[in-house]
Amino acid sequence: MTDNLENINPKLYKKVEDRQVTAAEEDEDIVDAFDAREVFDLIRNINDPEHPLTLEELNVVEQNLIEVMQYDTLMATLIGLSIRVQLLRALPPRFKVSVEITPGTHISETALNKQLADKERVAAALENSHLVEVINHCVCGSKY
Amino acid sequence: MITMGSLELKQNLSGHRGRVWSICWHPKGICLASCGEDKTIRIWQATNSNWITTMILTEGHTRTIREIAWSPCGNYIASASFDATTAIWDRRSGEFECNATLEGHENEVKSVSWSSSGHLLATCSRDKSVWIWETKDDEYECASVINAHTQDVKKVRWHPNEDILASASYDNTVKIYKEDMIDSDWTCIHTLTSHTSTVWSLSFDKTGERIVTVSDDKTVKIWQEYKSGNTIGISTTNNDSVWKCVCTLSGYHTRTIYDVDWCKITGLIVTACGDDIIRIFKEESDSDIHEPTFSMICSINNAHTQDVNSAQWNPAIVGQLASASDDGLVKIWFYNE
Repeated sequence: MTDNLENINPKLYKKVEDRQVTAAEEDEDIVDAFDAREVFDLIRNINDPEHPLTLEELNVVEQNLIEVMQYDTLMATLIGLSIRVQLLRALPPRFKVSVEITPGTHISETALNKQLADKERVAAALENSHLVEVINHCVCGSKY
Repeated sequence: MITMGSLELKQNLSGHRGRVWSICWHPKGICLASCGEDKTIRIWQATNSNWITTMILTEGHTRTIREIAWSPCGNYIASASFDATTAIWDRRSGEFECNATLEGHENEVKSVSWSSSGHLLATCSRDKSVWIWETKDDEYECASVINAHTQDVKKVRWHPNEDILASASYDNTVKIYKEDMIDSDWTCIHTLTSHTSTVWSLSFDKTGERIVTVSDDKTVKIWQEYKSGNTIGISTTNNDSVWKCVCTLSGYHTRTIYDVDWCKITGLIVTACGDDIIRIFKEESDSDIHEPTFSMICSINNAHTQDVNSAQWNPAIVGQLASASDDGLVKIWFYNE
């Protein structure tokens, strides 16, 4: 059997640490989107056809090669909120900030626009430290 | 003919840090309470016509205080907070003390209101529910949880004389509730449908037979109550009243209207708008009750430097008005005809 191996001496790679599940992720009432890590977790333990090793250990799959396109409602809200927060912080307070979804580009456009325009709900959202952290990651660029 | 009036700024009251969400006059008009983002309640009073902070209530809430309401006797203040609780502050000992915290809402409490008797309290929340609390000997008991709205409930207001409650919502409607005498449960007896976006606030007139509502749709609407057996043939069900939209004021406001107050003494209506303007409306003298006409008699550009969140007539002093804004200020005004 060994004679027929295509990859006789595979190079082994270190496995990533187990993902830490946050309290928010366990909360059934909080909708959280799939991220690259979750997708990675779904495929990393697939075994190599010839070695008793996982695709991860063989570096066949890598988390940073996974791109999740998820402009679902939550993401669109987060993007909108991030834009709003960035402008609120950067512009003098006399500016009226309106953030709207480009017409025809999202199935929940009207609902999203209404939510983003509701300053009371935006204010309440911005008192949620977890959400503010996520938004700060968004508005502070790639350093996270 | 309607004559234009003028609104004169009497004083800027600074002290809050950040946005001021709401103001409320003492029922006798002797002092004013304000609240906001800084989680405090400030009590303002005029001494020698100079307004100063006489009290700051802190540590009742862990998040924004969205609205405060004086009890009709003036001994209590109820405060609604984004921390999902409503606090009751008692000043019978001289100083205000938080002596009760009403819990039950799942998330942000948006509004609180006392009934005219002072025996009932209503709260509403982003959790879409309206709660009615009975007060007896400083105990607060939940009498009803009403899940009639389909979205975030923004405002609750009691009828000026009767135990009838109105609520305004993100679902674009206003609902009216009454206690069912048979099973003593509270039910929605009518839904006011006409606004095309969030209804932010409402106010009854002094008779309680008319309601004014304001909305994100930039309009002001006047609703007339038609009681069961009314002579003009408006049909009702179960002997309950219905409310019809009899007037829409559109084209005056350029952004969301956040608050409205119908003066119980003068009948003037004041609106607080996201375009920083305070506007005052007056009913025409020859106005028909079933098809009333209102005119704008005053408009103050840049009344504040940011959104005006709240405006309220002094319940005792004719023409005195207070407003609150995102700019962190509370302002005292005087309206002259």
